Amino acid sequence: MAEPVLAVEGVCKSFGMVRASDNVTLDLRPGEIHALIGPNGAGKSTLIEQICGGLEPDAGRITFLGRDVTGLGTVQRARMGLARTFQISALAMEDTVIENVLLGAVGAAGGAFRFLRSALRDRAFRARAEAALEQVGLAEERWMRAGDLSHGQRRALEVAVALTLSPRAFLMDEPMAGLGASGSQRMTGLLRELKAQAPILLIEHDMDAVFSLADRVSVLVQGRVIFTGSVAEIRAHPEVRRAYLGEDA
Amino acid sequence: MSREAVLNLILAAGFLVFPLWAWMAEEPFLITLATRAAIFAIAGVGLNIALGYGGLVSLGHAAFFGIGGYAMGILASHAQTYTPLLEWPFLVEGTKSMPVIWIVAMLASALAALAIGALSLRTSGAYFIMITLAFAQMLYYFAISWPAYGGEDGLPIYVRNGFPGLNTLDPIQFFALVYALMLATIAVAALVRRAPFGLALNAARQAPERVRAVGISPYRLRLAAFAISGTITGLAGALFADLNRFVSPAMFSWQTSGEIMVFVILGGTARLFGPVAGAALFIALEHLLGGVSDYWHVFLGALLLLVVLFGRNGVVGILAGQEARRG
Ligand SMILES: Nc1ncnc2c1ncn2[C@@H]1O[C@H](COP(=O)(O)OP(=O)(O)OP(=O)(O)O)[C@@H](O)[C@H]1O
Ligand SMILES: [Mg+2]
Repeated sequence: MAEPVLAVEGVCKSFGMVRASDNVTLDLRPGEIHALIGPNGAGKSTLIEQICGGLEPDAGRITFLGRDVTGLGTVQRARMGLARTFQISALAMEDTVIENVLLGAVGAAGGAFRFLRSALRDRAFRARAEAALEQVGLAEERWMRAGDLSHGQRRALEVAVALTLSPRAFLMDEPMAGLGASGSQRMTGLLRELKAQAPILLIEHDMDAVFSLADRVSVLVQGRVIFTGSVAEIRAHPEVRRAYLGEDA
Repeated sequence: MSREAVLNLILAAGFLVFPLWAWMAEEPFLITLATRAAIFAIAGVGLNIALGYGGLVSLGHAAFFGIGGYAMGILASHAQTYTPLLEWPFLVEGTKSMPVIWIVAMLASALAALAIGALSLRTSGAYFIMITLAFAQMLYYFAISWPAYGGEDGLPIYVRNGFPGLNTLDPIQFFALVYALMLATIAVAALVRRAPFGLALNAARQAPERVRAVGISPYRLRLAAFAISGTITGLAGALFADLNRFVSPAMFSWQTSGEIMVFVILGGTARLFGPVAGAALFIALEHLLGGVSDYWHVFLGALLLLVVLFGRNGVVGILAGQEARRG
């Protein structure tokens, strides 16, 4: 078995009485989409936040590209190639679409402290940004303000920014949320393409998407991973059906 | 050309035409007034980089204005009394050369901005406003209680400092110098805005978590912006001192910080020529209304309220509409 790109080992995180992460262990292997499912409030976003470095775990260890990153901040982890999309779009809403994507290109190149040339006219940044927009199908909207985009277009823009980072792993927090059927389908196609570039840890409520995309699925309930397995195993697992899919076994 | 570009051109031209007219009409006082406005505009251009681009509401930019002023005052006073500033470990003498004074003023302001920024930028919101205010107040009281350079009474400089090839005592020549510096600082602000740095700074104001997620530290962006901002405001302070041939602790006062902020907000926050429009309007109002009533600040306050309530983008926003930003 190939060395995992990302490994979470025994991570615990409590907010007062709420155990948001309860001894969570999971990994992300090269070339896979690992879906993380679970009911609302199960602790999925909290786990992503700890993987990204925005929240410090109470206990446990996070390894990325074979290096212990538990003590590193968000900025350092991002620079190592960890790209995330937010459950609630975090974009510069007053800025144009192209400027939002350029930000990713600038970050990836470590070019934020360049002063002399226009970001928009920098060939390398621009090419990288345009390629990402092209890939998510937002090239036509490049001069629109991010705040004027539809909800679905914002989700796509989130993914485009992550793409400009040429990451070693994607973390995506409900990229299909609120997209509708055709939007979800388009996003599903996009994620299938992205998987070739880097493995994806995918949080998603849309079960059709999860079942068609995921190589492995982990189920998180009340901060605990109760099961990890293939899509077929997940469909068959009685405890999962009871706990998550809400069916009688 | 966008509407804003046309407006900017008109503002830049108007700023030149008015004092030229005053010069031909032999109204040196009006030239001095225009010079004052241009200096305030520079101070505002500086603050705009922190406040407008970075979203950093600094109520302490008087610190840099004052440091620039005292850099001039200290260097020039040593030159006029022929006493060295420092004899040991090496000799430092005063100077009456504007370019040297400007460089010292900008370096001192940059260092102060780095130090003040490094501490204040760990906070945000109301705390940031209060901490920047507190730093400026500290310098204010320091200046008052430092007798070597005039203390409370301030420090007069008898002859305006020199610039190679110009007679700086001639109002129109000194204006030309200040005007050129104003355009230069606007050019710097434009460059900063369009650069990758400006793009990231602008994003950090709106969505810091996004900026972090692409591997850029918002703190470092803000610190750099604060330093550039303070440097430009410091230059304005040196010019202001030279205009008045006088430096006093009042340059460090919170009223000064407030006024610089008024230039920016009145003119249009984050608009390239906002501080230019704001400072010109401020000086015009002060001149026209100040003669009519001692309470002209009340009118200014009412105007500011109107601008903030109805035209969030100040005078430039009202005249040029929403910003169209490309390239
Ligand atoms: N900063 C916080 N402070 C206190 N409690 C928190 C905090 N963040 C999350 N929680 C709690 O931790 C639990 C897990 O929240 P989390 O957002 O990780 O769930 P989730 O699985 O992402 O849910 P959803 O599907 O609704 O997005 C919830 O009970 C939530 O209320
Ligand atoms: Mg969530």
